[in-house]
Amino acid sequence: MLESLEGKQGKPRFKPPFPANYGLYGKPTTINNTQSLASVPAIIRNGAAWFAALGPEGSGGTALFSVSGHVEKPGNYELPMGIPFKDLLNDVCGGVLGGRKLKAVIPGGSSCKVLPADIIMDCTMDYTSLQQAGSSFGTGAVVVMDETTCMVKVLRRISRFYMAESCGQCTPCREGTGWLYRMLTRIIDGKGEEADLHKLVDVANKIEGHTICALGDAAAWPVQSFLKHFHDEFAYMIRNHGRSIVDAATDAAA
Amino acid sequence: MSDDIVNIEVDGEAVEARRGQMLIEVTDAVGAYVPRFCYHDKLSVAANCRMCLVEVEKVPKPMPACATPVGEGMKVFTKSPKAIAAQKATMEFLLINHPLDCPICDQGGECELQDLAIGYGRDVSRYNDGKRVVKDKDIGPLVSTDMTRCIHCTRCVRFGEEITGKPQLGTTDRGENMKIGTYVEQSVDHELSANIIDLCPVGALNNKPYRYSARAWEMAQHATVSPHDCVGSNLYAHVLRGTVKRIVPRANESINESWIADRDRYSYEAIYSGDRLMRPRVKENGAWRDVDWEGALAQAADVLKSADQDKVALIATPAVTVEEGHLLSQIADHLGTANIDHRVGRRDVSDQDNDPMYPSLGCSIAEIEQHDAILVAGSNVRAEAPIIAHRLRKAAVAGAAISFANSSVYEYLFDVANYLSGAGLVELLAGVAVAAADGNSLPDSVTELCDGVTASGAHKDVARSLAEADRAIVLLGNIAGRHASYTAVRALAAAIAELTGASFGGLSEGPNSAGACLAGVLPHRAQGGENRVTAGLDVASMLAQAMDAVVLVNVEPDADIHAATDAVARLAEQAFVVALTPFVSDALLEAADLLLPTGTFAETSGTYVNVEGTWQSFSGVASAVGEARPTWKVLRVLGNLVDAPGFDYVTSVDVRDEFVARLGEISTSNAYEASGRIAKVNGADAPANDIDIPLYSVDALVRRATALQLTDEAQRARAVSDG
Ligand code: SF4
Ligand code: FES
Repeated sequence: MLESLEGKQGKPRFKPPFPANYGLYGKPTTINNTQSLASVPAIIRNGAAWFAALGPEGSGGTALFSVSGHVEKPGNYELPMGIPFKDLLNDVCGGVLGGRKLKAVIPGGSSCKVLPADIIMDCTMDYTSLQQAGSSFGTGAVVVMDETTCMVKVLRRISRFYMAESCGQCTPCREGTGWLYRMLTRIIDGKGEEADLHKLVDVANKIEGHTICALGDAAAWPVQSFLKHFHDEFAYMIRNHGRSIVDAATDAAA
Repeated sequence: MSDDIVNIEVDGEAVEARRGQMLIEVTDAVGAYVPRFCYHDKLSVAANCRMCLVEVEKVPKPMPACATPVGEGMKVFTKSPKAIAAQKATMEFLLINHPLDCPICDQGGECELQDLAIGYGRDVSRYNDGKRVVKDKDIGPLVSTDMTRCIHCTRCVRFGEEITGKPQLGTTDRGENMKIGTYVEQSVDHELSANIIDLCPVGALNNKPYRYSARAWEMAQHATVSPHDCVGSNLYAHVLRGTVKRIVPRANESINESWIADRDRYSYEAIYSGDRLMRPRVKENGAWRDVDWEGALAQAADVLKSADQDKVALIATPAVTVEEGHLLSQIADHLGTANIDHRVGRRDVSDQDNDPMYPSLGCSIAEIEQHDAILVAGSNVRAEAPIIAHRLRKAAVAGAAISFANSSVYEYLFDVANYLSGAGLVELLAGVAVAAADGNSLPDSVTELCDGVTASGAHKDVARSLAEADRAIVLLGNIAGRHASYTAVRALAAAIAELTGASFGGLSEGPNSAGACLAGVLPHRAQGGENRVTAGLDVASMLAQAMDAVVLVNVEPDADIHAATDAVARLAEQAFVVALTPFVSDALLEAADLLLPTGTFAETSGTYVNVEGTWQSFSGVASAVGEARPTWKVLRVLGNLVDAPGFDYVTSVDVRDEFVARLGEISTSNAYEASGRIAKVNGADAPANDIDIPLYSVDALVRRATALQLTDEAQRARAVSDG
C-alpha cells in the first residue's frame, strides 16, 4: 500500500526497515488494518479491560465474522471472540445450506488451513482454539463447505487466486504459485499422476517461509492442509482420470 | 571492543563484522560462498531471487544473506542441510520456466544460472507443465534480448535507477507474467547502458554485435586499456584466434570500478572495419598504388632526411602512446626540429608556457565523489569521459553541489545545483570570478576579463557553494580546452579556484595527453617538461606554413584536428605528407602522399598515462590486420633509417624503460601562474558548436564502430552535423 501511495508498483517492501521507522516517503508511518483501527476509539472510551473481557483469554474483544459458502444465512456478523463454531453455524447463520452435511471449513480467509467438519465443530472461534486445531483465526472470513463440495476444485480455485495475486517479485512465489495451479488443473483435467500429490505438498513446502512477504505462505497453507485432510479425494481423482469423488457419491446415491 | 564490531559465527568459524553489514558481505569476506543472483555489490539490495537463503540459529525461516544485517552472537550456517535445501528449492523454481537453451545461448559457459544449477539443481526436472515464453524486446543496437531467459533479478532495473539515473528498464505485469521491458518500445541509451550485459546473470541481456560469434571457453582473455578518453578504463579483450570478439570490463575500483562506457565495449568493431588500410600506399601524380613496406619506409626516410629541418612537422594525437611519443620526439630531436605536437584539439596555445607539466584532474578519479562542491566548466562530460560523469553523479547523489558552466546545456541525470549557460564560457566564468571575489580584489591576470562584469544570483550561488564546501574543485572540460580563448578560460577558472579555496584540474583529451606531454610531443617543451630553447610550431602554425615534410601519426585530419580549420586542404598543399594510420579515408587520400598502415590499440603494446597520472601499460591483444604494424615499430624503423642514434629497441618495454629512466621528477602540480594581465580577445568567446565532439565521434575507432553508429545518440549527432 505504501508503494502504491508513492505511485510505484504494488510490491511488498523489504523489511526492515519497518514502516513505523521508515514508511510513506521515508517518514514514520502507522499502517494497520481497518478493524484494528476501528477498535481503538471504543477501547479508549471503555478501557482495555472491558475490551479484553469481551472474548476469552488471549483473544480479547469482538471480531467481524464474514461467513460465506454453504450456510442458510451468509453475512457479516460482529460477535465476541471465542464463540463456538457450532453456535456460529447453527444459531447465527441458520445451519448448513439445505440441511446438508458439513464437510469442511476454512476458518479465516482462503489462506488459512482448512479444517474438516469433525475438528471445526469442536472449536471456538479464537486464536488459541483454532491454532490448536491446526489452523488460525486469520481474518474472520469463514468459508463453509458442505458434502457436495469437490475439494480438488476448491483448492484449484484458491491456487488460481494466489497465482493471480503474486506480485512476481520473488522467485518461490512467482514460479511456485503457477506450478501449483497448473498441477491442480492437470489433475482436474484427468491427467494427474500419483507423484503429483507428493509434488504438490513439496512445492508448497518450498514456497512456505522462503518468500519476502506472507503471500507465499498463504499460497502454501491451503495446499498443505487440503492434502493433509482430503488426500483421498485427490488420489481418487487421479486414479479416475479427473472424476471427482463427490460426483461418484452423488451418482451412487442416485 | 568497539561498538561497531559484532562477533558472529559463520559455519562454526568466529568472524568479526561491522555492525549493519549484510551477511553476504561477511560470508564473502571469509570465503564462505553463498549462491546469489539479485545481489550485486554496486546495487541496492532487492532480496528477490531467494537464492542466498542461509540458516541462522534461532530463526525458524531460512534468511536471505544479502538482506540480513549481522547481529551480535549470530550463528550462520551457509551449508547446513536446511540452507542447502532452501537454496536448492529456489534453484528448482528458477529453472522451471527457464528455457534451458544453453546450447544456443551466448551466456553458456559464463552464466551464473548455469554455474549454480550445476551445484544446486537436479539432473532431471520435475516440472512437466507448460513453460513460459516471453517476447523479446528491441532495446537498440548494443544489447540483444532473450527475455524468456530472464530470472527477474532486477539487476538491470536497479542499474538504470541507481547507476545511470535513467530508469529505462522496469517491470510490468505481475506474478509469473512479470516482465522486464521499456514500457514504451524504445532503445536503452545511455553512455554506460551496455553494462547491463555483465550484470544480467543469465543470457537475457547479451552483447548484440557479438551474438553467436564465439563461445566463452574458446576465447583467450587479455588485459588492455581503453583508448577513448582520459580515464583509461581497464578492459579485457576476448580474443579468438587473434581476432577480438568482444570487450568486457576489467574491474579497477580506483578507475572504472566494474563499469565501462559503451564505446569502450564496442569500438573494437572498427578494428575489422572495411576502412582498414591493408598495405602501404603511395600517391604518384595523383594516383594511388600499393607499395611494399621496405620501399615505403625508405621513401619516408628520404623525404625526412632531405627536408629543411625547420620544415619538418610531426603531428600526433593524444592517443599516441608513451613509447610512440618517446620515439617521435627523439626523431624530431635528431632531425633538429621542434615542430612536433599532439594537441590537435587546442586552438589557443598563446599561454602554453604556463601549462602544467601535464594536464591533470587535480585529484584522483576516485576522489571526485568525495567533493562537496564541483564546478565543471566547458565540458560535455558525459561525452568526454563517461566514467568521470558517473563519478560526478555519485558525488551528486551523495549530496554534493555539482554546477556547470557551459554555453549549451547538456542533460545530467542528477540534481544539478546550478547550470550557467547561454553565453560564452569566458563571460560565464567571469561572472563566477567576480562573485567569488565578493568585492575583494581579483587576481591581476583576470581583472581585464572581469572588467564591467556583474555577478548574477546564479554566479553567486556557484561561488558560494565552492567557498563553503569542505572540499571543492573546479574542473575544466574538453570544450574549454578547445576554446578559442582557452587562456582566458583557464585563468578565470584558476582564479575562481584560488578565490574559493577549491582545487583546480581538468579533463584532458584522448587517453594519453599526459604521456604525450611527458614524452615531449610538444613544440615548446622537451621530454620531461623542460622548456625548449626555441619553441617549434604548434599544430595550426605547422599547417599554415609550407613544410617540406609532414608526418601524421594516427591523425584523421578531417575529424581529429580542431586546432585549425581546413586541415585537409592545408595538408594537401604541403610538399609531402606521410600518414601512419590504421584507416584510409577520403580525407587522408586527399591530404597525404604516403600511407603507412599501423595497428589499432588492440594490435600494439604501449602505455597510457591517464588524467590522474596513472601509468597503464598493455600488450597487443589481436593479430595485425593486413600488413599493419604497430606504430612504435614503424617509428623505430623510421628512426633507424634517418640514422637516429640508439634506435635498437627490441620490445616496446625497452622503449618505455629507457624513457622512464630518462624522465626526471614529475610535477603533478596544477598551480596556474599567468604571465601578466590577460586581454579580452574580440569574438573569441562566441559559443562554438564545432568544439563539442559528440559521444560517438571522439576518435577514429569510435567513428567506425558499426553498432555505436547505429545508436540513437550517434544518429542524433549526425542529424545535427548534417542539418
Ligand atoms: S534481464 Fe537479466 S538482469 Fe534483468 S531482471 Fe532479467 S535476469 Fe535480471
Ligand atoms: S541474492 Fe539474496 S535474495 Fe537474491
